[in-house]
Amino acid sequence: MSLTLEQVHRVAHLARIEISDHEAASTLGHLNGIFALIEEMQAVDTQGVAPMAHAQDLAQRLRADRVSESATIEQRAAFQAIAPETEAGLYLVPKVIE
Amino acid sequence: MIERSLQALQQALAAKEISSVELTQLYLERIAQHNPQLNAYITVDPASSLARARAADAQLARGDGGPLTGIPIAHKDIFCSRGWLTTCGSKMLSNFVSPYDAAVIARFETAGAVLLGKTNMDEFAMGSSNETSFYGPVKNPWNDSCVPGGSSGGSAAAVAARLAPAATGTDTGGSIRQPAALCNLTGMKPSYGVVSRYGMIAFASSLDQAGPLARSAADCALLLNAMAGFDERDSTSLDRPAEDYSRELQTGAGEKPLAGFKIGLPEEFFGDGCSPEVMQLVEAAITEYRRLGAETVAVSLPSTHLSVAAYYVIAPAEASSNLARFDGVRYGYRAPQYRDLNELYSKSRAQGFGAEVKRRILIGTYVLSHGYYDAYYLQAQRIRRLIADDFAKAFEQCDVILGPTSPSTAFKLGEKAADPVQMYLSDIYTIAVNLAGLPAISLPCGFAGGLPAGLQLIGNYFTESRLLNVAHRYQQISSWHLQRPGGFA
Repeated sequence: MSLTLEQVHRVAHLARIEISDHEAASTLGHLNGIFALIEEMQAVDTQGVAPMAHAQDLAQRLRADRVSESATIEQRAAFQAIAPETEAGLYLVPKVIE
Repeated sequence: MIERSLQALQQALAAKEISSVELTQLYLERIAQHNPQLNAYITVDPASSLARARAADAQLARGDGGPLTGIPIAHKDIFCSRGWLTTCGSKMLSNFVSPYDAAVIARFETAGAVLLGKTNMDEFAMGSSNETSFYGPVKNPWNDSCVPGGSSGGSAAAVAARLAPAATGTDTGGSIRQPAALCNLTGMKPSYGVVSRYGMIAFASSLDQAGPLARSAADCALLLNAMAGFDERDSTSLDRPAEDYSRELQTGAGEKPLAGFKIGLPEEFFGDGCSPEVMQLVEAAITEYRRLGAETVAVSLPSTHLSVAAYYVIAPAEASSNLARFDGVRYGYRAPQYRDLNELYSKSRAQGFGAEVKRRILIGTYVLSHGYYDAYYLQAQRIRRLIADDFAKAFEQCDVILGPTSPSTAFKLGEKAADPVQMYLSDIYTIAVNLAGLPAISLPCGFAGGLPAGLQLIGNYFTESRLLNVAHRYQQISSWHLQRPGGFA
């Protein structure tokens, strides 16, 4: 299979990566080369094979639902010191709802 | 001093032959002298490193130092380090001073090691040549027109050029082992779950694992002792009893220390894919292993030829999800101009990520999208199972599996940069190990055309100690690993 230019634009939009027409064209060539490599899988009969998501069969550990050190004001300040824009402990982004 | 093993350095520190401050200063001077040529480090902070060295000296003076107390260690810039710029090789994190320590960083600090600097890497660990770094490519100390391998290329170049006694790396598809092979080092990827991934910037979470890059298996064992251990903050960290990974290295040697050992040679690793020069060196190492008493048996890994294909579905799929966090809101790069929230995201990500990272995010987004999930993602996970089953069957017949680490010695800078598929194929022997989650080690096995080649040993789950021992026995009768590149005396 091979992708179309329209699909490249669509996927870039889904991934929230701005892409110019020129970039999309060169990306298309690279992606189709990679998909040609991936296609090798399609010829393999995997009926009845259980998908393997992980190397170890583990159950998710649970923890108590309680306030931890990461919920302190100092911790918040430390983490927000490296944020692009904050105010009163909040992260600022462009207005979403008018 | 720069040729000493970690154990010998520890003895020198304990005997007051040298202080940690002096040792750290020695390496900082070497970095100042040679790093402009190699570009192995992204960040060095002499004041911070020397402060840690002074603390280590105080600890040593009290007589309560451990095996790594006072020894400078370089860390791949993928590990968050409190107060240090932590870039992951990306413009996206070019302003990210981490507010916390990764588990690996904290464990080395607890062990009294000195953080010597943060090493260059492929952007978000996506690459096999260190050419995708926002901070520019790293040069191979053995030939500066060649790549050091990737993605832990800065760590490998630093240790090879004696700009650090040892370093850490991470390995998602070969990123410790391939640069180890290309730079004449010993590098280990432990079993999945042995080293905590907390604070290690995620690429493909079901494959990523941290490990040591050093000049010998014995050094790797000491580093792994510091790195490994349960961590409740990593949901895939395994709660296993602590072990001493160097324990088998100390057992009596004798004439045939590997008598009774079975080394599996998979026919798939000895076919056309490998360059004849590398294959010749691997064959010579096999002869040496027989001299050490090991028996070789033919094994087969019939599905491993599919590993690159399955990997380039699974790893990008996980990456596209993991890298969604870089949105220009809470930390990292934010585009200077945008009209609305969507543009804030899409421009920040377009400007902050490099070409290879974007390609992998796009592949991942595509294979996870509606209508393609079964054909790509689920099929890749089924093939992953076939590959893991291949290894399980092979380990019924042998103790370790041996083959080349990389199909060639170091290639030229720029040689594969324009063709992602050619670059991906340089990991054909390492990727299957990550898919299965097994431990593996690469060790030096000789030179071709002045460039080093690596031998890979793969073990069953949690046999790190055995792998280190098998590598160590070869290093006791060979001197490849002791060779130093010219110009770095």
